[in-house]
Amino acid sequence: MHELALTEGILRILEAEAERQAFSHVRTVWLELGALSHAEPEAIRFCFDMVMKGTLAEGARLELLRTPGKGWCMTCATEIAVDRRFDPCPRCGGYQVQVLDGDAMRIKELEVA
Amino acid sequence: MCTVCGCGQASTEGRRNTGPDAPCHHDHGHDHRHPHHDHHDHDHPHDPHHHHDRAPDPTRLVRVERDILAANDALAVRNRALFATRGILAVNLVSSPGSGKTTLLTRILDDLARWVPLAVIEGDQQTSLDAERIRATGVPAIQVNTGKGCHLDAAMVARAVATLDPADGTVLFIENVGNLVCPAAFDLGEAHKVVVLSVTEGDDKPLKYPDMFHAADAMVLNKIDLLPHVTFDVDRCVAHARRINPALEVLPVSATRGDGLEAWRDWVLSRRPAVPRHASERTAS
Repeated sequence: MHELALTEGILRILEAEAERQAFSHVRTVWLELGALSHAEPEAIRFCFDMVMKGTLAEGARLELLRTPGKGWCMTCATEIAVDRRFDPCPRCGGYQVQVLDGDAMRIKELEVA
Repeated sequence: MCTVCGCGQASTEGRRNTGPDAPCHHDHGHDHRHPHHDHHDHDHPHDPHHHHDRAPDPTRLVRVERDILAANDALAVRNRALFATRGILAVNLVSSPGSGKTTLLTRILDDLARWVPLAVIEGDQQTSLDAERIRATGVPAIQVNTGKGCHLDAAMVARAVATLDPADGTVLFIENVGNLVCPAAFDLGEAHKVVVLSVTEGDDKPLKYPDMFHAADAMVLNKIDLLPHVTFDVDRCVAHARRINPALEVLPVSATRGDGLEAWRDWVLSRRPAVPRHASERTAS
């Protein structure tokens, strides 16, 4: 359940941003969670409410932005969609695939007061 | 910076106040009973960055763009830089519980100790049993108990390294908490993650836990002495693992019977960085 540690990481960023950007409450958090990232969306949601209790983001809404996985097939020398890390290239069926994008876990934007 | 009062909100880029003609943050578009930021003579103190006690909170949007692992990753970068200055090779061993990580270590430490200084960081939720097993071989070891935590993070490793104070050119093994999921996400500053998989676990494990096999540079396939007794297909397992990570190196071993231990030892030795000149001078003096 490393989502707990990840969510505590979110809280630390919110606290730092609150100081930097002068706000005292967080109403909404937009979090990019790539399809190939190391976090389970439902587990993040579960931890989010728990971790934010009693903090500047108590009761905040969590909006997850799921981004698709992207890869580079070394055989075809072309960019392909990757849903799961072990999926083959949809063009050649090979596994010489390098993940390019879709593994981000990034706070994009906040609605604050 | 706000040109009205000089307060630091340089990076505020909320949607309501972007563009060259946008008002500064003191003039958000909500209805308000008195103007912002005038030098008024009310008889109550008033801060332009006020918190509204009675009126409903006006909200604004702020752009952040920060990775949630940024704090860990920054510490990992510091660990990696420290390892580089001291010519330390850090190897992060990851696996399910019971794959034989500690035995795999104890079996090559004696041999490695003839060539290089060694140190071990042992991660477990509880007990110092593994660190004691390592120390019994004469190698300095420190136990990190993560409590309820399911992985080591870069801060824990930084603290452990400060305590261990490994000599220049040390091979530092970090035995992560037995868990094939969470440690994949946390960079510790290591040079390599090595995933240990034992043949009693099932050859489909790389597909079930792809993140870890993707993050690793090598897979030690342990307990191969048990292959006659289990339905584990080595070729299938390796094929599964290389579907996720085409460059993954594979080292079949039996830590108890001794097969493949020399290759595992040599793999470690061959990964050592050059010890920087100033570091070796310090060692020599």
